[in-house]
Amino acid sequence: MANTGIVLISHSPKVAEGTRDIISEAVKNVKVVPAGGTEEGDIGTSAPKIQQAVEEADDGNGVLLLYDIGSAGMNAEMAVELTDTERCHVAEDIPLVEGGYVAAIEAGMGKTAEEIIASLRKSFRLE
Amino acid sequence: MMVMTVEQAVTWVEKTNALVQSNKEYLTELDQAIGDGDHGLNMSRGFQEAEAKVSSSEYETVGGVFKDTATVLMSKIGGASGPLYGTAFLKMSMFLRDKPSVTQADFAGAVEEALNGMKQRGKAEQGEKTMIDVWHPVADFLKNGQNVNAGKLVEVAEKAMEGTKDTVATKGRAAYLQERSKGHIDPGSTSSFYLFQALADVWKEGE
Repeated sequence: MANTGIVLISHSPKVAEGTRDIISEAVKNVKVVPAGGTEEGDIGTSAPKIQQAVEEADDGNGVLLLYDIGSAGMNAEMAVELTDTERCHVAEDIPLVEGGYVAAIEAGMGKTAEEIIASLRKSFRLE
Repeated sequence: MMVMTVEQAVTWVEKTNALVQSNKEYLTELDQAIGDGDHGLNMSRGFQEAEAKVSSSEYETVGGVFKDTATVLMSKIGGASGPLYGTAFLKMSMFLRDKPSVTQADFAGAVEEALNGMKQRGKAEQGEKTMIDVWHPVADFLKNGQNVNAGKLVEVAEKAMEGTKDTVATKGRAAYLQERSKGHIDPGSTSSFYLFQALADVWKEGE
């Protein structure tokens, strides 16, 4: 059974890719796709670019999206609305690097995006 | 009574672009004061591309013009304005659907939909020092339907924009500055003012 995919959204392509590198060292059985920067690769985020990453990360078991600051969260939500990929969820208010790491480990255990969000919220003391 | 034709919808995007381009530096200055300083550049790139798209395409409906505008703004503006203005134009296009020309009441409904969409997208309410502070009174003014004319529209939008100066930001990047965000006009409310100023200019040509 395929695992939940992870999309890492940052204003900076380097932050998104660097975070993916950190995670990939520890987690091998989860698709982790960076979606950093604008379409031109400048600082910012882009809903279509995130949508593309979601579709790439999906193996049929849904996708969890994590983001850094400001507008990244809005573009993440837009991407979820734009895509036909099912079971996509945005992890709100979860730090990108630490949260992404925890999320990938849990995805590797076969958890769904919703289960991962619930456990992230506990880990980061949001509930 | 104000109406909007397909041609006027295209002109609205063109005039907004002209205002954004000539005030690009000013928008940047405003954003450097309380944000991340990219609003001028983002808006200029977004509306440049939006104008290029709608000026070179054929449309049957006002909604069609707004839908393409939304798509371009969403993908070309890198900052928070991308999803927000993108949502605004998308909601307007969805509300107007296949109407070939729109009445004042149609347009008022579309702007209200846009406002609601932006509030939901940005999780913001009026008074948080954002573009909502301009869209809200403009939507109310259009809905009211009495004495809706170009001059009044500019008046309402300008007053609302200036009102953001004295408020403390609780949404957006400026919120991190807390009290220090006071004393600066919000950049997003300024670009929204240009949008409605451009609309007033479109109306004036039709008067």
